[in-house]
Amino acid sequence: MSKTYHLTAPLSEADVVQLKAGDIVYLTGVVYTARDAAHKKLVDLLDAGQPLPFDMKGAVIYFVGPTPPKPGDPIGSAGPTTSYRMDSYSPKLINEQGLKGMIGKGKRNQDVIDACVKSKAIYFGATGGAGALLARQIKSAEVIAYPELGPEAIRKLEVVDFPLTVINDTFGADLYKIGRAQYEVF
Amino acid sequence: MREIKYEDIVKSVKDMILYSATNLPKDAYKALETAYKTEKSEVCKQVLKQILENADIAANEARPLCQDTGLAVFFIKVGEDLKVVGGSLKKAINEGTEQGYKEGYLRASTCHWDTRANLKDEVGYNLPAIIHFDIVEGDGLDIEYAAKGGGSENVSRATVFPPAKGRKGIIEYVKQVISDAGPNPCPPLTVGVGIGGTFEKAVISSKHALFRELGSKNPDPVLESMEEELMVLLNNLGIGAMGMGGTNTVLGVHIEKNPCHIASLPVSVNVQCHSSRHMHIKL
Repeated sequence: MSKTYHLTAPLSEADVVQLKAGDIVYLTGVVYTARDAAHKKLVDLLDAGQPLPFDMKGAVIYFVGPTPPKPGDPIGSAGPTTSYRMDSYSPKLINEQGLKGMIGKGKRNQDVIDACVKSKAIYFGATGGAGALLARQIKSAEVIAYPELGPEAIRKLEVVDFPLTVINDTFGADLYKIGRAQYEVF
Repeated sequence: MREIKYEDIVKSVKDMILYSATNLPKDAYKALETAYKTEKSEVCKQVLKQILENADIAANEARPLCQDTGLAVFFIKVGEDLKVVGGSLKKAINEGTEQGYKEGYLRASTCHWDTRANLKDEVGYNLPAIIHFDIVEGDGLDIEYAAKGGGSENVSRATVFPPAKGRKGIIEYVKQVISDAGPNPCPPLTVGVGIGGTFEKAVISSKHALFRELGSKNPDPVLESMEEELMVLLNNLGIGAMGMGGTNTVLGVHIEKNPCHIASLPVSVNVQCHSSRHMHIKL
């Protein structure tokens, strides 16, 4: 049976190990945005032995490229993008830098699922195509790195009760497989 | 010869883009409501509720439904007896697109294929539009528009079968494409299928099939029965809304056909996410 949690980011190991695939989480706190281009830059920095633009320990990264904000708004529409494009970068950030949460939509590969087990991290799903609804839970947004990437720049977001579902937990479970198996008719 | 002003086309295209970005079409909204009512999975029911709420918020507050405001795709039928005065038709479509994306604070998503640099400052804001022109009799101007997101394009596929594959082969192929896509393209989906023609004709037909109204019947009885069969098969995959496992994976399957070469059976599957932003006007 799925449980509901209210958690605050950055996340601790105790926060994430209690979660199971299918649980609902309302997340409050600081979340960083990054898509493909920003991930490439982060991993290039690590490979060059350079410091990252934000502290990755306990961090939550949201895979999103928002629309430009209208005057007076912190952010435009901001729903998740498809996560598999970050699969080649995420394990390094989880295993070596202490990344604890990722927010996106769609399948992750086995390397990411294994890293979530090994180093205790969670992959959360947010509802794709609900960019107007999700933007309401974002109270502030500040570009902290790579402004030249436009929508793909890294933004520091403050979110309140951001609605998430646990897709991959720290035990290797995958909601996409569990859920589908329940409803597939052969 | 009927005349139409360049700036009138620009204005109409701009208005279409602004409206579509924030207003889910009635057919899609209705199909999602039906999915919400019939969904057996509690998790997917919550997802569908969020999707419907999102559409209400987007319309009421004039906010984009999705941050992926797409590439602008047009199917345009131009009458032979229509003359555009004050500029070219193609330029008018592109200018209307650029104005709409800029004024609506919509995301510019076009980039260079290799460097991935955003092209907004080089070729124009979210330009070029993807335009499929057709020349027809008369003096009308018929414009079909869709904002096409990347996630659902990424799982779309095409192939050319030997004719022996037939109907059964096509159905198996569509099922495989949607099964492999799983949660990635933001289900519940509209599935456009193009059959026949040459390779590219099948692909373009599968795109155009997505513009048909959800809930409408295919006028071809053979295609209609294939659509009905596929609806059942695809919903039986159990993927559900956002792939969380459920009973509503597709909102509709739309098939278009073309005569094809005696040696081939081209098939294309173009996938549309639940945020099916499309519009049709006649000028």
